[in-house]
Amino acid sequence: MLIPHPLLGLRDAQEFTYLGDANLLNRPDPTAPDAEAAFCDYVFLRDNPAGKHRELWFHEQGDRSWLVVTRDTLTHEISDVELATDVARRGK
Amino acid sequence: MRFSGFRVIKEALTGHKGWGQLWRNPEPKSSYDFIIVGGGGHGLATAYYLAKIYKKSRIAVLEKGWLGSGNIGRNTTIVRSNYMLSGNQPFYEFSMKLWENMEQDLNFNAMMSQRSIINLFHTDGQRDAARRRGNSMHLTGAGGTLLSQDQLRDIAPYLNFDNARFPIKGGLRQERAGTARHDGVAWGYARAADKLGVDIIQNCEVTGFKMENGKVLGVETSRGYIGAKKVGVAVAGSSSRVMSKAGMRLPIESHVLQAFVSEGLKPTLPGVITFGAGHFYVSQSDKGGLVFGGDIDGYNTYAQRGNLPVVEDVIEGGMALMPMLGRARLLRGWGGVMDMSMDGSPIIDKTQTDGLYFNGGWCYGGFKATPASGYVFAHLLATDTPHDVATAFRFDRFARGYVVDEKGVGAQPNLH
Amino acid sequence: MTRIQGGLINRDKKLNFTFNGTSYQGFEGDTLASALLANGVQLVGRSFKYHRPRGIYTAGSEEPNALVELGTGARLEPNTRATVVELFEGLSAKSQNHMGSLERDLLAVNDLMSPFLAAGFYYKTFMWPRVFWEKVYEPIIRKAAGLGSLSMLPDPDSYDRGFLHPDLLVIGGGAAGLMAALTAARAGAEVVIADEDSRLGGRLLSEGGMIDDAPALDWVACVLDELSSMTNVKLMARTTVFGAYDHGIFGAVERVSEHLADGGGKVRQTYWRITAKQTILASGATERHIPFADNDRPGIMMAGAMRSYANRWAVTPQRDNKAPVAIFTNNDDGHRTAMTLVEKGVPVLGVVDARANASSFGEYETFANATVTGSHGRKGLSSIEVTRKGSAQWLECGALGVSGGWNPNVHLASHHRGRPVWNEDKLTFVPDNNAPKGMLIAGAARGNGSTREALADGVLIAKQALMALGITPVSAAVPVAGEEASAIEAFWHVPAKKRAWVDFQNDVTVKDIKLAHQENMRPVEHLKRWTTLGMATDQGKTSNVTALAVMAELSSQTIPETGTTIFRPPYTPVSMGVLGGGDTGANFRPHRLTPTDTFAKSQGAVFTEVGQWMRAQYFPQEGETHWRQSVDREALAVRSSVGICDVTTLGKIDVQGKDAGEFLHRVYANMMGTLKEGMVRYGLMLREDGKLYDDGTCARLGENHYVVTTTTANAGIVFQRMEFARQCLWPDLDVTLISTTDAWAQFAIAGPNSRKLLERVMDDMDISNEAFPFMACRATTVCGGLRARLFRISFSGELAFELAVPARYGNALMERLLNLGKDLNATPYGTEALGVLRIEKGHSTGNELTGQTTAAMIGLGKMVSAKKDSIGSIMSRREGLANETLRLVGFEPIDSNQPVVTGSHLINLGDPVDLEHDQGWITSAAYSPHVGSSIGLGYLQNGDQRMGEEIVAANPLEGQSVRVRVVSAHFVDPKGERLRD
Repeated sequence: MLIPHPLLGLRDAQEFTYLGDANLLNRPDPTAPDAEAAFCDYVFLRDNPAGKHRELWFHEQGDRSWLVVTRDTLTHEISDVELATDVARRGK
Repeated sequence: MRFSGFRVIKEALTGHKGWGQLWRNPEPKSSYDFIIVGGGGHGLATAYYLAKIYKKSRIAVLEKGWLGSGNIGRNTTIVRSNYMLSGNQPFYEFSMKLWENMEQDLNFNAMMSQRSIINLFHTDGQRDAARRRGNSMHLTGAGGTLLSQDQLRDIAPYLNFDNARFPIKGGLRQERAGTARHDGVAWGYARAADKLGVDIIQNCEVTGFKMENGKVLGVETSRGYIGAKKVGVAVAGSSSRVMSKAGMRLPIESHVLQAFVSEGLKPTLPGVITFGAGHFYVSQSDKGGLVFGGDIDGYNTYAQRGNLPVVEDVIEGGMALMPMLGRARLLRGWGGVMDMSMDGSPIIDKTQTDGLYFNGGWCYGGFKATPASGYVFAHLLATDTPHDVATAFRFDRFARGYVVDEKGVGAQPNLH
Repeated sequence: MTRIQGGLINRDKKLNFTFNGTSYQGFEGDTLASALLANGVQLVGRSFKYHRPRGIYTAGSEEPNALVELGTGARLEPNTRATVVELFEGLSAKSQNHMGSLERDLLAVNDLMSPFLAAGFYYKTFMWPRVFWEKVYEPIIRKAAGLGSLSMLPDPDSYDRGFLHPDLLVIGGGAAGLMAALTAARAGAEVVIADEDSRLGGRLLSEGGMIDDAPALDWVACVLDELSSMTNVKLMARTTVFGAYDHGIFGAVERVSEHLADGGGKVRQTYWRITAKQTILASGATERHIPFADNDRPGIMMAGAMRSYANRWAVTPQRDNKAPVAIFTNNDDGHRTAMTLVEKGVPVLGVVDARANASSFGEYETFANATVTGSHGRKGLSSIEVTRKGSAQWLECGALGVSGGWNPNVHLASHHRGRPVWNEDKLTFVPDNNAPKGMLIAGAARGNGSTREALADGVLIAKQALMALGITPVSAAVPVAGEEASAIEAFWHVPAKKRAWVDFQNDVTVKDIKLAHQENMRPVEHLKRWTTLGMATDQGKTSNVTALAVMAELSSQTIPETGTTIFRPPYTPVSMGVLGGGDTGANFRPHRLTPTDTFAKSQGAVFTEVGQWMRAQYFPQEGETHWRQSVDREALAVRSSVGICDVTTLGKIDVQGKDAGEFLHRVYANMMGTLKEGMVRYGLMLREDGKLYDDGTCARLGENHYVVTTTTANAGIVFQRMEFARQCLWPDLDVTLISTTDAWAQFAIAGPNSRKLLERVMDDMDISNEAFPFMACRATTVCGGLRARLFRISFSGELAFELAVPARYGNALMERLLNLGKDLNATPYGTEALGVLRIEKGHSTGNELTGQTTAAMIGLGKMVSAKKDSIGSIMSRREGLANETLRLVGFEPIDSNQPVVTGSHLINLGDPVDLEHDQGWITSAAYSPHVGSSIGLGYLQNGDQRMGEEIVAANPLEGQSVRVRVVSAHFVDPKGERLRD
């Protein structure tokens, strides 16, 4: 696979390490009353869709940025890539 | 019809006219007591044991494609009970015992061959872990031997002992482990279940669950609605997709595991050998093909195919371990979709919906579990209580903190 | 001899070769198959199951029969298709899969037994008695099965790996592929064109014919001339594109030197990973046959192959060139072979055409509305039975060409699971619009197989590819070629009482398909798996579609209703050697060397692999004959005076920024925000699931500057997770991270004399206990201005420091410290002594921190702060973690001569050794020279409350059982006074 890095252009997926669903950006509020349940969902449960999937890749053999890649799990087609930092900031 | 050598001879002499269908192609009935979703190894085994051991009737297995088309139809056929953790090992040892009598039980030769497995180790730390694991095996009666490098040289002189990046220091062998003919297992269970009256309905995709007041009433399928008192889902590879129709999110990601077979060769390897310093394991089929695999590709996918980096990685591992493989040829590779769970261990449990049961999360180890998985899932469906050897495989272990994490890598499925 | 005039062989260059020990001659340009045929050798192999005599059936990579063991010694290569082996001087080949000679194969008895060996027979028998499967039946089956043999010797050849990034990859160098490449290259696109054959030209090499009023071969030569003159084109003959992967990536293997007698000093093969923006699949088509009774004799082959042998290699397929040759066909292409043979002066018996209205295209007889219903000739065809309107006659026949039509080579188009569709006009599967993204299909590969169609398709499809690339095509005329007749009528097999082979290699007959149908193994995948159809080394290239048609007939369904088959990589089998590349043996993974590698080697150190690192395990001295002597000496040197260990491999992460302290506070489970400048704190890192996964130190060198250390094994993942926390969880914190593991050489200087030694290299820093107490740290200089970092931390429990200098000075510093410390008996120590010292002190490493561990298990539960949020803190409070009762404790053998063995399980005295009574296990053990016996660490249920208890360390795996006493994990200085000294 090739991942279009927003700063570096097309890079071979072998340069990256995969983590999983980009929902891992949304760490629950540790002070909320139901924090433990929310963390259990956050850590263990996944939508795991057959289709478009927003997911985290780490450019370990490159610039060490975390990316949010939107990729179809049926075709492997990549439709969007962003720096995870940008996504995380936007979420705040 | 009972299969036997005599029968084969008789049919051969009479033009094979007497062989009947291995199973029927029944039309779905309007309702059943038990519906098993998924006609793979685990689903078929569940139906068989429900009928055979738990004496249940009005059972149907619904299969989206052809029976045995799931991961039972594409895997590296390894059977073993060499786990370390107390949540796992008794279950797999239970499975091993079922394997050891499978052919006679099913009257079908699934070619279970106890050719042994050797897990190689390459460092002192790996030897320590192998000893802990080997002793766990002995604690459940699964047996096992810690082999020295010299013993290994006798058994497998072609391993790379002398020019290796990670020298082989020894291996943990389980003599009772081995391989079986994967399709034969599916067919054996299907035929035996069919004989006990189970309706195996192929080309019947479950498209939804009908539920009312927290209870399941039946399933919507591509061949119409079918009512059911209890529905058991055993669709590893598609677990999240199917259970989402019942409104459930699972502690599972779908990943692809590639596996490979070489051209046929005269007998080359004694049993299963796994490399401890790279991603590579290999055995040889009765037909002569070397069957081998390695790591999952590592990203979520349902595509049933993988990419070149893993092909290279696996074969590099093979060449590093067995340099004589260079002249063999890769004949075919394939990709199977794995239910990678959050702790690397399966889930066999009730769901929050009454009458709806789940069996999945087998990672890349479901084949060896087939008989036990079917047995304990049948037990759960029949009795509403988990079987003794499957008490660790419940949904709530994640929330409560009782994960069964053999590798100790945490909630990241592609590391398991 | 059956050599005829013409052909693409060089008659001036004779080549000697042997087959089964007999010497033969061929010419440059021959394949092993063509050379064998030219020498009248028809019988070349035995089938897989029935050991039937078999001859050459095709002229290409789809060959099911002619598999040989090529070469000798370590270069022995089994299952090699004679049809693709280029002849070279001295080639040596043997037939395979027979017992005794090829002519008198003892296993041919299987053929007589064939009624007993019908599809799926082995599932129905061999079950009694139970133990007989492994002991008796299976070994016999295994020995009979398999094909060729491996030499079992390491592959002596070298392989290469390369990468290409063209605009356009053209797969296949026939009429369509060449035209496509030319069209694209003329427009300026970067083009790679690859073909599995030894020369480009595809079927044109086999067909003769005219293009632009000149022989087609001249046209091929012109095109190749033009392409090779262009710098934007790479021509790759002998290159098989074997698989289509994601995003335009293809795997290909180039056979670089296999066709050379001595390899020419080159690598054997090169594995190419080709990343193309666009791809044109112009892979041609493969002929299929028509099963009839006894259709597998040597001398029977594909009609198209017969044409190839006549035109390209100038050989005819009979042993005796007077014997007449017949064709059996359901289509016009079969007649083309008859015309070729007539033109070449080969006696033609006639064309047996299943079509009612068939007539001759030339000077030969046509048996219309007729079929071949039998054959004779034990090891080579001697006669065939032709049946017309119910009347049969036997006709003498030296060779029979069979044509059932052509199947487009859709393989690569279906590698992404896209299914081809049935085309009722062409009676074949053609690719649908579901090929891998960026792949277009041209020529015979999509059913446009005449030369005229293929040339036009090449241009048309290349223009489409250029458009997708944003390149403007240059207009040029499409070359003119004739339109060959290609009419076909559906006729799939000749019903027979005897066996009619569908899959030759795996011996699958029409009867087997009938049996599969009868037994309800009807879905295509069941059919394949029950009968093993299409599972042989040819992957059913010549059999799959025919089998589908037979099953369709049996089920009274259409072929598309019955199913389709798709293909998985590789297109043809690929050698493991080339895929494994050069990264094998000692080069399997990189070697990471520590800064003191040169020093350690000069000392004769024994090394050990720690991940990719090579670390000194111990430093044997003269007179030491056992590793324990060296390790004991090194450990005692530390406890008694001073030792030095290279600990560079521990991960180091530099953390800087205004919010660095806050960041670390959230990353570590224990309080880190309160760490004062100039001090170090031990830290625990949890995963978000609450489990402990790494420990190490965190040093605050400046107000906004910290250095985090990790274990060697987790250096990568800790950094990755810290970057995750920084970028994904708390992007607003002002903090940056960089891994400096390789930048700083770091040494543990440990022992009561460590301060004394260290003072000798410090420039002007006071390292007295008052000025530089336990857990202090500072940036400083040593040896006259060399930048350094000093940490007062101890892993051994002794007074100790860790000193870091830029990595390139590491080796020199080690040597200087040892020189300066000679009077103190300063001793280098390796990982083994390091291990002994830390076990004596009860420190955890990888054996204890398994990722299944909680902080409480190693006795540090209280460190996990409940006052703050940090990664894993919430989840660490879950019931299963909070209630964990295993605790790390120490063990001493009751009998001090007995060993404590790692991996032993702990069982209470008198209890049975089973899972129910499992109390824990030994995680680490070593001989302690300090204690004077073997000691161990381990996890024990409620271990912290069981000090002094006797328990059994059971190791049934090795038949061992040792009584041990539960003791504190701190065998040395439990109060921790020494390290504060």
